[in-house]
Amino acid sequence: MKIELRARGEFTEWRDAAREALCAGVPPRDIDWNAQGGEHGLFDDLSPSPPWGIAPAKVQLSPAMGWGEGASVSVLGPPPHPALRATLSPKGRGEIRVPPAFLTLAEAVICHSDPARFDLAYRLLWRLQTEKHLLGDVSGPDIVRAHAMQKSVGRDSHKMKAFVRFKELPETGDRRRFIAWFEPEHFIVARVAPFFQRRFTDMDWIIATPKGSAVWDGDTLRTSDEAAEKPEIVDDTDDLWRTYFAHIFNPARLKVKMMQSEMPKKYWKNLPEAELIPDLIRDAEQRVRDMAEREASNSMPKFHAALQRRSFPSPPRGEGGA
Amino acid sequence: MKKSLRERLAVLSDAAKYDASCASSGTSKRDSSKSGGLGSTEGSGICHAYAPDGRCISLLKILMTNFCIYDCAYCINRSSSNVERARFTPEEVVWLTLEFYRRNYIEGLFLSSGIIRDSDYTMEQMVRIARDLRVKHNFRGYIHLKTIPEASAKLIEEAGLFADRLSINVELPTDAGVEKFAPQKHPANIRRSMGALKIKIDELSEPTHTKRRKRFVPAGQSTQMIIGAEPTSDATILKSSAGLYSNFSLRRVYYSAFSPIPDASKILPLTKPPLVREHRLYQADWLYRFYGFGMDEITAGKVDGMLELNIDPKLSWALSNRDRFPVDINRADKEMLLRVPGFGVKTVMSILMARKHRRLGLDDLGRLKVSIKKVKAFIEAAGWTPVSLIDRGDLRDMFAPPPEQLVLL
Ligand code: SF4
Repeated sequence: MKIELRARGEFTEWRDAAREALCAGVPPRDIDWNAQGGEHGLFDDLSPSPPWGIAPAKVQLSPAMGWGEGASVSVLGPPPHPALRATLSPKGRGEIRVPPAFLTLAEAVICHSDPARFDLAYRLLWRLQTEKHLLGDVSGPDIVRAHAMQKSVGRDSHKMKAFVRFKELPETGDRRRFIAWFEPEHFIVARVAPFFQRRFTDMDWIIATPKGSAVWDGDTLRTSDEAAEKPEIVDDTDDLWRTYFAHIFNPARLKVKMMQSEMPKKYWKNLPEAELIPDLIRDAEQRVRDMAEREASNSMPKFHAALQRRSFPSPPRGEGGA
Repeated sequence: MKKSLRERLAVLSDAAKYDASCASSGTSKRDSSKSGGLGSTEGSGICHAYAPDGRCISLLKILMTNFCIYDCAYCINRSSSNVERARFTPEEVVWLTLEFYRRNYIEGLFLSSGIIRDSDYTMEQMVRIARDLRVKHNFRGYIHLKTIPEASAKLIEEAGLFADRLSINVELPTDAGVEKFAPQKHPANIRRSMGALKIKIDELSEPTHTKRRKRFVPAGQSTQMIIGAEPTSDATILKSSAGLYSNFSLRRVYYSAFSPIPDASKILPLTKPPLVREHRLYQADWLYRFYGFGMDEITAGKVDGMLELNIDPKLSWALSNRDRFPVDINRADKEMLLRVPGFGVKTVMSILMARKHRRLGLDDLGRLKVSIKKVKAFIEAAGWTPVSLIDRGDLRDMFAPPPEQLVLL
């Protein structure tokens, strides 16, 4: 049995197919899950059109992604009723019951970019029908693999929250507008978008990625799983941020490996501050040496002398040489 | 000529980088979906960038001003230093915080300041910044204010209404150190301020029948001490931390390896910061807070009261307490599992869960991503008994890296 999926991180797509297969009693080894969407570029031929009234330089997104008129794609339906959370099937049909923990796990696994994820998720679902305690077997190979995928999706989501950088667009109305370009490893845009909605509520924004986009207009959060194109926008505030980044760094404590394990190079190209890193590293040692060679000066600022007179009328205290 | 905003940002972030904390975690969960404003906190903090010093950049960490009427020897901003000076207006700090936040560079603001005019004047300006962010701009991101210990209780209380976290630095691990290096500061006052804040936090977190609880410093208070500026031992440092944790319910004690500063005072060592030592102190602190170790256990029998630099304190404890090993991973209680070098809290939880299903062997641990090489001398598992290993005289050498790798730099 062959099952074709768009495979862009939408959970219900897999869930519906899995439900049917399970109801029909098809064992995991008889299903060939065929993912179309895993490849980049499949959706690159979108007709480019500026999604807002004026046309800022080279912003290209799918027409469905615009703020305002007629934008339509709403992948996030209303959240399922709590009573339905723990069941995979709509009322009336062959009931497939799974522990809520399975849904949480499967939702994450389906966002992973590994084509084997559908097979793995289905195998877990299949085994769960007879092995009620499967999920607790945390050192069993299938569970270990699913957890690894879940962890990777979690890490990617966390990095998205951390490394998305909004750039401001020219003002048109009373709300400020921002756009960000990000390149996630997995299909996590719809999953992470609500975080940005809760946080950046008073401004309009778009997060565009090769694996889908999210748009917030103060009213509705829309997501699409289609690939977007990288907008080219300059935001002057990035300069202030770079200034901060360069000066909060302490050259006497250089620990490059530590930095790279937390901020892997694959993210650098979309981080405005990253271009400074090679120079900061190169100059660090010299800066420390210069600092050490420059002896403490013997002259002190005038206001220091004034302060000393104010608070220490008799001979100033020792040591510091005041 | 007046410096541009960018030039002042350079000076005032330079001045702030010696403060170790940049944490934005542990505060109350909140967001802007109802208020329609800006900002959220979701429990665990987010590091938005990492500097090449490996430190997390989570907050806009700046000084309001680096002018200071005090003369603390270890501080780049002391009045006798020739460092370049600058000052932000409260409006500028508010603007920078909001604009940085909107671009998702940061989780919020960590504001400290040199003392200008007097403690209350300085504190008042800082409180104003926090109040404006919250009240005028509907900002719900993270705010950490470094309080001025001598400031009046009323101001500190007001700060607590707007800030997620307040910190008062003890500066140095001993009173004698503070008196020598920060002559205008008084350890007794620092403790008094911490105590007063603790009482206020306790009082306001007490639920009452009639009123909803006020939000008051939901991420608690923290402090920082400088390590290596004077010759205090690790045992003394950790003992003083244990006191701070228990007397003032601090959330965190930060250790900051003394780092040479430009135009340093002549009474200080101009050497590389003791980063490995700082790291070991953090590990010890971690064992104390999350692994059920006592500080005295960690430092027991250490030469001159110093933690070993070449192995971590947990392994060091295990090697000096070999009679407590091997630990049977299929039967030992949680407390003892947590003491096995190579097991983290998560691993221990997984073991406790997985062993309900089967007797666990080394291959099970491998799948839980435990380093078998590191733990196998200390544990018993299905099909595995390490007797010969634990008795080996060269056990320590098997773990200790060769001496030339000692420096972390
Ligand atoms: S009071 Fe604070 S800013 Fe001023 S010199 Fe002392 S440590 Fe530095």
